[in-house]
Amino acid sequence: MDNPRSLLALDEFERHLLDGFQRDFPLTPRPFADIAARLGVTEAEVLDALREMKEMGLVTRVGAVFRTGSLGASTLAAMAVPAERLAQVADLVSAHGEVNHNYEREHRFNLWFVVTAADGDAVRAVLDDISAATGIAVLDLPMVEGYHLDLGFTLSWH
Amino acid sequence: MALTDRDRRLAAAIEDGLPLVERPYAEIGARAGLSEDEVIAGLARLRDLGVIKRFGVVVRHHELGYRANAMVVWDVPDDRVADLGNCFGKFDFVTLCYRRPRRLPDWPYNLFCMVHGRARETVLEQVEFLARSCGVTDLRHEVLFSGTRFKQRGARYRRGEARKEAAE
Repeated sequence: MDNPRSLLALDEFERHLLDGFQRDFPLTPRPFADIAARLGVTEAEVLDALREMKEMGLVTRVGAVFRTGSLGASTLAAMAVPAERLAQVADLVSAHGEVNHNYEREHRFNLWFVVTAADGDAVRAVLDDISAATGIAVLDLPMVEGYHLDLGFTLSWH
Repeated sequence: MALTDRDRRLAAAIEDGLPLVERPYAEIGARAGLSEDEVIAGLARLRDLGVIKRFGVVVRHHELGYRANAMVVWDVPDDRVADLGNCFGKFDFVTLCYRRPRRLPDWPYNLFCMVHGRARETVLEQVEFLARSCGVTDLRHEVLFSGTRFKQRGARYRRGEARKEAAE
């Protein structure tokens, strides 16, 4: 997944596109034309740059980040998996469509994943299924309160 | 806050982001059975309701050179969690800060922050800086750096959708 093209290889226009439009994206009929006007380029250049950065994996999508719990239920889950079983268990977890993030972390609890579904029962069913299939207990750590607005991520270019 | 059926259809239609075409809201509308104007007004409504907390370019930290990504977990006295969460949340390098339940005896931590940096040392310095700035150098905490990323994508809320993907 690593891409050889680094941040520093992006030109100034691409940097502005990445940095300046992580929130308050125009809700207008021709949003990419509005962005282009602000950056002094053409609509086609904006679209091409976004397509390219998406292909390179720098950009996941242009769209909405939903507040946790506003559309359905979700939780953060953790498992302490014996090292020799980690890859196999991680595959089993990732195979669930309700799992959107799944990471190894350096800790006794070494597998961390986010489960999102229509309601709490559906989330619980996924955790139960994973626990039953692996014989490993799953910690269920739902969000109780959030303290950060997620205004996007300020990139530093140095 | 009551979400309408139309809100949910709209949310489902933009889960994977806007199509990169000249009139993306018209195309979303075609998928959701709404006009372009209805899509724009509907997204503004979801944003104003706080259902959409941010609308724009979603970047991948890892690919942008932020290779050190840590989840920092703290064991905070219950009556201080909100104050501390608000303090941590003010820093640029903290991308998320959530209170979660403890699961004793296995898991004693109740405040979780994500910290992204270009290198491990930077992240560790940022964590020290956080602790000093918010006056909690005495609190037990752990820094869990990420290793292999097995899966990363936006959330799916639709019933049936998850099963479809699992079967692919």
